[in-house]
Amino acid sequence: MKRIRIGGGAGYSGDRIEPAVELAEKGDIDYLVFECLAERTIALAQRARLADPEAGYDPLLEERMRAVLPLCAAKGIRIVTNMGAANPLAGAARIREIARSLNLPGIRVAAVLGDDVTDILRRGSYLDDGGLPLDRLGERLLSANAYLGAQPLVDALAQGADIVITGRAADPALVLAPLIHEFGWAMDDWQRLGQGTLVGHLLECAGQITGGYFADPGYKDVPGLARLGFPIGEVDEDGNVVISKVAGSGGRVSAATCKEQMLYEIHDPAAYLTPDVVADFSHVSMEEIGLDQVRISGATGHPRPPTLKVSVGYVDSYIGEGQMSYAGPGALARAKLALAIVEERLKLTGVQASEMRYELLGVNAMHGNQPGITPAEPYEVRIRVAGRTDSMREAVRIANEVESLYTCGPAAGGGATKSARDVVAVLSTLLPREAVAATVHMEES
Amino acid sequence: MLLREIAHARAGDKGNISNISVFAYDPADYPLLERWLTADRVRQHLRALVHGEVQRYTLPGLGALNFVLQNALAGGVTRSLALDAHGKTLSSALLTLEIPEAERRFGTNAADADR
Repeated sequence: MKRIRIGGGAGYSGDRIEPAVELAEKGDIDYLVFECLAERTIALAQRARLADPEAGYDPLLEERMRAVLPLCAAKGIRIVTNMGAANPLAGAARIREIARSLNLPGIRVAAVLGDDVTDILRRGSYLDDGGLPLDRLGERLLSANAYLGAQPLVDALAQGADIVITGRAADPALVLAPLIHEFGWAMDDWQRLGQGTLVGHLLECAGQITGGYFADPGYKDVPGLARLGFPIGEVDEDGNVVISKVAGSGGRVSAATCKEQMLYEIHDPAAYLTPDVVADFSHVSMEEIGLDQVRISGATGHPRPPTLKVSVGYVDSYIGEGQMSYAGPGALARAKLALAIVEERLKLTGVQASEMRYELLGVNAMHGNQPGITPAEPYEVRIRVAGRTDSMREAVRIANEVESLYTCGPAAGGGATKSARDVVAVLSTLLPREAVAATVHMEES
Repeated sequence: MLLREIAHARAGDKGNISNISVFAYDPADYPLLERWLTADRVRQHLRALVHGEVQRYTLPGLGALNFVLQNALAGGVTRSLALDAHGKTLSSALLTLEIPEAERRFGTNAADADR
């Protein structure tokens, strides 16, 4: 029976590159997938593109490609990635140039286009997922990108692409596309598409299934976490998968690590909505068949939704923030005094904020004051003040009121940091899938 | 006994919704989790942080529960003022739940009665 081996080479834009090189070098893989787009990444990338028409793709694209391209070319490993972000066309052109500079001729790079639906949303009247009209955003709207399914990626592979680079596509589609291409699955074979989507979901966060985001000493121990290896999914023509990693790398693949990743960012396990299928993970089973080898099967699927999810990036507000540390005897009392001082000063000077947080790091910044839990007096504590404003000017005033505790606050505050930034936030809406036309553009080195 | 002694958990985020999945280390403890770790109990425990409904999904085959917490991320990952905007640490907050000793015995006795 034919089997395809797919490596999960990145779980987010800033992920480690060394484990991806290890996958290409020693993983005996057919495909290497890099998932690099978080919800808001594309809105920030769109901004970069507005400033420079040749920008807007992943900032680590160059470094990643230089690291893996020679190995992938030598071994015939095909790459699928959403590192195109807001500008897959420029990303593809950049990869072509990188391949040429590495003396790798004949590499075919396909850009998948069509996810950018900003103009469609600007022309029409649409509501967001909260039922509010999108046109209220006006000039604050930065980007709108539809989640593409696997089809245009399959088309690119069928056209002989060695590398497929997309903007916004459903994360699992980066893995589902190679499976559809290799096994010839029908686009209405909901059962296999459901199982293939599970494989994609398991691999899309890379090290999160091989022991990353998992270790809890004494409870969940992970060996060699510093040398964490990234995952390999060996998939058969029915979509059944064995998850493993490069032999000798750090980390752990167990039923427990696979279960945690399967439900990561999943709501109803029986109805995981993607552009290609409504996947059903509710009857998945897992079996440890060897050290760091877990066999996973039993996902299925139902017909795909008629609409595509669209992620809309916009400028929401501004956040001003400052932090300061106190240590030694009386640290907690001085930190509390510092917070009270900042709160009073912001009132006295009339700083306009729609939302404020006054926190003690090490005491209550993560979960607030949890009922029933009285933290021990810390040796050191750090205050954090953050506020939401309508202008950068007001945000800066909040940050400055923390920093000036140096000279105008309690004794011996140290290590102040401050920041003021605008907030690019994301909301979502839906478009009929017919409104979105995806195309493939091919480059060759 | 803390929930942490018998279960592990992971939190994920989508917009202003958090999901926390909980897994029994030992399949024998899953019935206790399913009986005792209700959506109401989770909402009550995290009431300072979660301001919406809590929905629970059960996956007995994996010994797992999945909780979906609405309005749980201070307005959503991309605009939250919180230091942990993703709510990554919420899984650890859930594991601080105290399981009453009587609940554990209830599970053991039930198993005995079955035999």
